[in-house]
Amino acid sequence: MAVTMAQALNKALHDAMEDDDRILVFGEDVGKLGGVFRITDALQNKYGEERVFDTPLAESAIIGTAIGLAMYGYRPVPEIQFDGFSYPAFEQIVSHLAKLRNRSRGTLKLPVTVRIPFGGGIGAVEHHSESPETYWVHTAGLKVVAPGNPGDAYSMMREAIASDDPVIFLEPKRRYWMKEEVELPVERAPMDRAVIAHEGTDVTVVAYGPMVKTALEAAEAAADEDWSLEVVDMRSLSPMDTVTIVESVKKTGRCIVVHEAGRTLGVGAEVAARVQEQAFYHLEAPIFRATGFDTPYPPAKLEEYWLPNADRILDFVEKSFEY
Amino acid sequence: MPYAAQGAAAGSRPRHPRRTSWWPDERSLSVVDIHDAASLLPPEDPVHLLDPDGTFHEHGDYPLDLKDQDFLDLHRYMVVTRKVDREAINLQRQGQLGVYASCLGQEAAQVGGAYALGENDWVFPSYREMGAAVVRHVDTAALLHLYRGTWLSDHDPYEHNFALMAIPIGTQALHAAGFAMGARFDDNPIVVMGYFGDGATSEGDPHEAMNFAAVFQAPCVFFVQNNQYAISVPLERQTAAPTLAHKAVGYGMPGLRCDGNDVLATYAVTKRAVERARQGDGPAMIEALTYRMEAHTTSDDPTRYRTEDELEYARTFDPIVRMEAFLKQRDLWSEEFKAEVDELAQSEAQRMRDGIYDAPHGDPLELFDHVYVDPPRDYAAQRAFLRAELDAAGGDA
Ligand SMILES: Cc1ncc(C[n+]2csc(CCOP(=O)(O)OP(=O)(O)O)c2C)c(N)n1
Repeated sequence: MAVTMAQALNKALHDAMEDDDRILVFGEDVGKLGGVFRITDALQNKYGEERVFDTPLAESAIIGTAIGLAMYGYRPVPEIQFDGFSYPAFEQIVSHLAKLRNRSRGTLKLPVTVRIPFGGGIGAVEHHSESPETYWVHTAGLKVVAPGNPGDAYSMMREAIASDDPVIFLEPKRRYWMKEEVELPVERAPMDRAVIAHEGTDVTVVAYGPMVKTALEAAEAAADEDWSLEVVDMRSLSPMDTVTIVESVKKTGRCIVVHEAGRTLGVGAEVAARVQEQAFYHLEAPIFRATGFDTPYPPAKLEEYWLPNADRILDFVEKSFEY
Repeated sequence: MPYAAQGAAAGSRPRHPRRTSWWPDERSLSVVDIHDAASLLPPEDPVHLLDPDGTFHEHGDYPLDLKDQDFLDLHRYMVVTRKVDREAINLQRQGQLGVYASCLGQEAAQVGGAYALGENDWVFPSYREMGAAVVRHVDTAALLHLYRGTWLSDHDPYEHNFALMAIPIGTQALHAAGFAMGARFDDNPIVVMGYFGDGATSEGDPHEAMNFAAVFQAPCVFFVQNNQYAISVPLERQTAAPTLAHKAVGYGMPGLRCDGNDVLATYAVTKRAVERARQGDGPAMIEALTYRMEAHTTSDDPTRYRTEDELEYARTFDPIVRMEAFLKQRDLWSEEFKAEVDELAQSEAQRMRDGIYDAPHGDPLELFDHVYVDPPRDYAAQRAFLRAELDAAGGDA
């Protein structure tokens, strides 16, 4: 059956709530409305207003109370409505959600899954297309994941909710309507593992979340030029599955990292650093990064110039062949 | 359900404060009945039961349900708190703690407030709540590791229902509200107390916490110790509100005020808020008016922002002197009692000192131990790296 990523996420929430009555879903407009992207659709009807509820409009409180609820014994799955509105919750995430286990020498567990629709490409107004992943990846104590297709979205959401560690679950919002033929429920690779989304021999293209599809498009177009791209879908940004990436680069000798977030200190910088440390003698060319620019996210009419697309990836592929 | 439910009658809770429609035909658009607001307002004068000379005054709205034994216990907890606090300052002076935030002068606020809680209730403290910790029988040595710099904390919050001390100002109020929401959803008749200071009332988190608690009618008591200063900044620079307790009204919860140097008034006011919350009537905010007699922390120089005159005056309403006078008026005081309390305080202080010294600590490899339930694979490599550095340095860790 063809399911969209939005449907897969919704189904994952339904199934998880069915299996465990300690799971609570809350945030802004997640109840009657089912979330602005309808990811929590019909959950309130099915599980009632005490397990699925709208909160007052306050992101710090959504995360801060999730911490208290988790300490009490619930498994909260709070929603932050848009990436750009996770910033008011920054302190609760960084100072407490990520640290309480460490601060308590292991006596506390924080099984909280923070859902954040992230990234651009949907023509949204300012503050609705941000890629804040580096902030979370830089923070020890959090797991940070981003699925690249509907089946993974389902499987990874189930795993995130089941995790006793806090997970920042980044939903690539421009891929909510992307379809995949898959029977749900489905169990995919563990969420902390990268997978090879497309096999190839010439260049490794590392991507995650919304850019996986873009990288696959690039791989398809490259085939016309007789270039064979291997696409690695990172899936988990923290922890980062370096093994799969490095193995791939050892095979191809070339590496391009792709993400929407600005380049400086982005996830690509970390991938490049690890690859050069662990596969230096296998590299035929420098590692390139096809990313957004180091500028604020642009107005919607300019986002197509800002966001990496298949052409930008292929330009870097070509460049890497110059070495 | 998540937490041991303790048999509260479900479904008996009154709904949120009455709302009346401003839409002529009574459709759904509504506003809170503003006449309700008056009932939420704090009293003009803070509730006060004990004069500085120990004379007790009945208060019609706050009858005291305490027995002689409770009076003695309240005094005992305050004296132990003061001694433990003094010992912590000594430990800092001796270089055993990096810094310490004293609660000298705030014993009545902390002890009276915490004494109004039941055993299954919870406390979410800031970094200054040693008095509340003493009442909850939390190991004070374990808490001091935060200041010693050995661990970030070393107590199990579930042992005495006492959360970790929080350093970022006011953030713990949200954890308290969330925990209380959990209790409410679970029909568990516990009450959660979140402590914060006057400075914290300017931060966003306590406001979001009070709003959430009120909207969800969570059994949460927000206990503000107005000790007059946020480091060097006095109350009038912190707020233009008539009193801090007035802020509660804006969230639809009662704002209560008490003389925070009067342990009986603090107890009585808190008890009322706690009972209310336990019955399902929702949260309340208490402003306890007190004074921080010591420096903000051991790193602070209070002579830059307050006068010796002011301090001299503050000494005239010392909470422990006042309670002692009360016990004498009631014929509850004896030299034996004094000796017994002093001895207990001394032994608690010694226990704290020993606990700090004796705790095994300093294992560098523990860095990696309590970050994740399910540690990332690359921790093994980073751990091995540190191990190798230690071996190279000839360490035996
Ligand atoms: C978010 C944040 N900002 C600043 C500080 C630094 N700081 C520590 S204590 C303090 C004053 C707090 O005053 P108050 O809330 O009245 O509590 P008190 O120390 O008087 O108990 C400040 C500014 C901090 N810990 N957290």
